[in-house]
Amino acid sequence: MGKFSGFEVLRQAFSGQKGWSEQWRSAHPKPAYDAIIIGGGGHGLGAAYYLAKQHGMTNIAVLEKGWLGGGNTGRNTTIIRSNYLFQESSSLYDHAVKLWEGLSQDLNYNVMYSPRGVLMLAHTVHDIQVFKRHIHANRLNGIDNEWLTAEECKDYCPPLNISPHLRYPVIGGALQRRGGTARHDAVAWGYARGASELGVDIIENCEVTAIRRDATGAVEGVETTRGPIRTRKIGISAAGNTSVVMSMAGLRMPLESYPLQALVSEPVKPVIPCVVMSNTVHAYISQSDRGELVIGAGTDVYTSYTQRGGLHIINHTLEAICELFPMFRRMRMMRNWGGIVDVTPDRSPIIAKTAVPGLYVNCGWGTGGFKATPGSAHVFAWTIAKDEPHPLNAPFNLERFRDGTVIDEAAAAAVAH
Amino acid sequence: MLVIDCPYCGPRSELEFSYGGEAHIARPADPSALDDQAWVEFLQMRSNPKGVHAERWRHLHGCARFFNALRDTTTDLFLATYKIGEAKPDER
Repeated sequence: MGKFSGFEVLRQAFSGQKGWSEQWRSAHPKPAYDAIIIGGGGHGLGAAYYLAKQHGMTNIAVLEKGWLGGGNTGRNTTIIRSNYLFQESSSLYDHAVKLWEGLSQDLNYNVMYSPRGVLMLAHTVHDIQVFKRHIHANRLNGIDNEWLTAEECKDYCPPLNISPHLRYPVIGGALQRRGGTARHDAVAWGYARGASELGVDIIENCEVTAIRRDATGAVEGVETTRGPIRTRKIGISAAGNTSVVMSMAGLRMPLESYPLQALVSEPVKPVIPCVVMSNTVHAYISQSDRGELVIGAGTDVYTSYTQRGGLHIINHTLEAICELFPMFRRMRMMRNWGGIVDVTPDRSPIIAKTAVPGLYVNCGWGTGGFKATPGSAHVFAWTIAKDEPHPLNAPFNLERFRDGTVIDEAAAAAVAH
Repeated sequence: MLVIDCPYCGPRSELEFSYGGEAHIARPADPSALDDQAWVEFLQMRSNPKGVHAERWRHLHGCARFFNALRDTTTDLFLATYKIGEAKPDER
């Protein structure tokens, strides 16, 4: 696995670019590891990478029931931002944004982080009040977020329709310039490559079917579709399936899993320069580097594990998109899909130790986990390695639901849940 | 879109309904006797099963009445709908 560089591309050119090796080793499960991560998405692979790189734990494995990044890592709309209301959240998400800024260099893998700005539209007086409150709260926490008038929104994003005759006219917006997008698959692949190089075993098509515990209640291993594996530390990073995996250890979770849909259009030339989100009319849109419009819809109302959702949900979103961007009315949509998002009662994630010794969980990211991938993975690795939370994820514990110290970001998540 | 069989009105489109979450979570008979952990169990913890889920629906834009349903969360197929107060049907 050589290092990527301009020189290496040139050198490979002389052999027809046929000398590249596999990006990560295809490993077979060993009988025992120091730690196991369940779930080979961005958060899980990232946790393995930071465990190996920063905590010296290289005798570890990532178990993925399907293929890497085949869950929500490959199903999201790749939006990155950190303009959350509460200090706990904005600190955690901004930790992630700071890691995004250097991630391609750190991994020697281009994750195509593009801070093109995230513009959140206000359509009502209530929106203005909420957004300005966010802007002031963010500024106190050192996070960039600024208010734009409707005309300034139009300048920043020319295709936007700011006509006063819309059903919900655009009357302003909050812009986080450091927000943007990244290439979601590259995040999973880059972390997998980096972790594998440090000695982490990445095991695909390996579904965990049971978690074994010893007489004291501590974890001692897992049963998988590829045989039993012994370990004293298990980190669960299973997104929508977290409740299912946690029940294997006899734990109930404050989670419900919902389908969340997204869709992409046919590719067109660059037309939309930033990310635009609207909570009130409920749509968000950006353009990928391939030229597809990437559009996020809402969740269905009912819990489900089907990875699909109702057609009326995406119809509703497309109606909103067509009103905000009339020029897209005759665009054809190419694909739509769903992912299963695990939602907590306060809409904030859980990155914590559990009541079971040796069992750690990173879940509850709901509809907004992609943006946090590097930060989440980093503090989860810390939590697993040191058996105590990093100061940034200490508030995101399980006890907050009992003690009332919830981090109620429900209104701050930019999209209605 | 789902077609949901309201036990009072018959099969109707999903758009007429609102979702009420997990069913058969009984409100504590003596709330003041509960400790914090018991409140968490009642208020926050959900079974969230991958499989048959007993859940509440409300026929909001019809008879406006609540009822219960069994639905398979791996297929979204409704196995049964039944009135509030009735016992949970056998899972087929």
